[in-house]
Amino acid sequence: MIADQLVTGLLTGLIYGLMALGLSVVFGVMRIVNFAHGEMAVVAMYAAWAAFRFLGLDPLLSLLPIAGLMFCAGYLLQRGLIQPFVSRPDYMQFILLISVALILTNGALLIFGPEAHGLQVDYAFDSYEIGPLLIDKVRLLSAIAALVLTGLLLAFFRFTLTGKAIRAAADNRTGAQVIGLDIKKLYAITFGIGAACLGAAGTLMSLLVDVMPRVGPELTLLSFVIVIVGGLGSMAGALAGGVLIGVAEALAGTLLEPSLKSMFSYGLLVLILLLRPQGLLGERS
Amino acid sequence: MGPRISRRQALAGATAAAVFAPALRLSAAAPLKVGVLLPLSGSLAREGQNCKRGADISAELLASLGMPVELSIGDTESNLDTARTRAEKLIGDGAQVLVGAFDSAHTIAAAQVCEQHGVPLIVNIAAAPNITEQGFRTVFRNFPTAARLTGDGLALIKDLFKATNLSAQKAVFLHNNDTFGQAMAGAVGKLAPTLDLPFQIGETIAYDGAARDYAVEIGKAKASGADVALVVSHGEDAIKLIREMVKQRFEPKAIISPGSPGMYEAQYYHTLGKYGDYTVVNLPWINPKSPLAQKLLAAFAKQFPDAFFEMNVGFTFEAIMIAADAARRAGSTASKALLEALPSTNIAEHVMIGGPIAFDAKGQNNNIHSATIQNRNSKPVVVLPAESAEMAPVLPMPGWQNR
Repeated sequence: MIADQLVTGLLTGLIYGLMALGLSVVFGVMRIVNFAHGEMAVVAMYAAWAAFRFLGLDPLLSLLPIAGLMFCAGYLLQRGLIQPFVSRPDYMQFILLISVALILTNGALLIFGPEAHGLQVDYAFDSYEIGPLLIDKVRLLSAIAALVLTGLLLAFFRFTLTGKAIRAAADNRTGAQVIGLDIKKLYAITFGIGAACLGAAGTLMSLLVDVMPRVGPELTLLSFVIVIVGGLGSMAGALAGGVLIGVAEALAGTLLEPSLKSMFSYGLLVLILLLRPQGLLGERS
Repeated sequence: MGPRISRRQALAGATAAAVFAPALRLSAAAPLKVGVLLPLSGSLAREGQNCKRGADISAELLASLGMPVELSIGDTESNLDTARTRAEKLIGDGAQVLVGAFDSAHTIAAAQVCEQHGVPLIVNIAAAPNITEQGFRTVFRNFPTAARLTGDGLALIKDLFKATNLSAQKAVFLHNNDTFGQAMAGAVGKLAPTLDLPFQIGETIAYDGAARDYAVEIGKAKASGADVALVVSHGEDAIKLIREMVKQRFEPKAIISPGSPGMYEAQYYHTLGKYGDYTVVNLPWINPKSPLAQKLLAAFAKQFPDAFFEMNVGFTFEAIMIAADAARRAGSTASKALLEALPSTNIAEHVMIGGPIAFDAKGQNNNIHSATIQNRNSKPVVVLPAESAEMAPVLPMPGWQNR
């Protein structure tokens, strides 16, 4: 049973990691904490649900279009609303993004109502039996998709010119401006990438979790826990944090009490903050 | 000089006035203002919305019975503090009686507010025993306590096993760890050893109702080797539990709830489809033989053609009817008059299975009885007691892959 739960935790953690990656990328480059993170993921979950319900599109197929749409929405949101706040005090950024979060949550409540919407694909109840292990098909496919997308994102930042320019802007904003980089555009692209990560993660999450408005704040909080544990601003840290939280929750539930799962992840957060405030893979500021 | 009135005529007039005055006062008075407090959003939204459907169809039906009511709806947002403030607001806005609040903790919060204001609270659904054990003077509950609900629910399991010739060794007990779930778990722990159940209750697993999934919980349940799953869910958690049982191929012979919500709701059937079938819930249910229940079912089908009628609808309607009945008997809609009339409630013609609606000294109605409901073809069907059964019970459940 422990091996089963380890695998489950690992797979779930990979999806958590992709979701938290968006938060980490945006903070790492722009130094803005996106308090509307989970709510934006919920927008993607509703989009996946609607694509499945009305167009019959499997979430694994609607994943890329939704990520693309979320990129555009994120890009426009940054240019239209967030850019003026980039150089303002932190508390103004917090208030702005919390307002965005509240608007998204209440908008979802108005449009879709408070009820949960489940997304039932044909393989929703299937499992793979590999030796003594029983692996949930939906979780496995979602985790593979999350892993591939994370790899692509890391490759983008490492090998493309735009990716390198974003990293340069993150390392030294003034220096990047001096050599002629368009910082505003790079920031908008970065926020778009963060939103696209959420688009992909939200679409995958819709296979595992019923979508409803109140999921947003829970996902925001979960993402914060993951990136703080992994190291705020570190992409590898976000993935490691996601896996760690996923596995830790699964093991805590198995070895201790299932209702202690959440408490255990917050306990882990407190421990990391005490012993290694920069997170597992974060750099000391 | 006008016509003279004899002493005999005056006496007859006074007698007539005394006899008909309450009715005249009622017909002239404004409708009873009922504040309905429900979790219409948040984690309990689905159940709250079902309760609201019961409220929505009550005004017209009660008016046709000569009991006019005017409803104000308050949303607790599935939150304890909001329940308290919404109760205050409903009373502040003129509610003469409150009905609610589905969740036990929210109901206690509302009861405290009602007690302070001297406004009656008629509990539609909430099972925690302390609601009627704390000495509230203003609380009247038309719903079984967790102990009664569980006792009836567990006792019916024996009948169910007998009717299906089922044998089992061990049960795993999965329960939500909210106020309702804890109260039910306490009652199961206390009553199960005294009832000579056809199985032993092995591992008990308390789970967080708001958890994203129950992979760990079902993993533990499967590892326990149990062949029966005893479940106390409280809403959408029932869907997640069954979904995880299918994924992990945990195949108990029976999945039985001794009286909790979740497994007989529209969303459950819609989401789980064939996998939602054959689960069993023992709980109070609508009495299809009652003429008033038939009227209520007709009104419900007319107003909500796509929704399922279930327990939440019936009990919310009955709670409002109890308030309206008290106003009719009191001849007044004042909260004080209602409080004086409610203890002598005796409503024989109502909608849920059981004896007349009447309250004991603590404000508890002890005349409600449970039935056994089994999901068949994505609908809740009465399978026990035999005299009310629409189908014969089927256990052991067919395997997940054999459906």
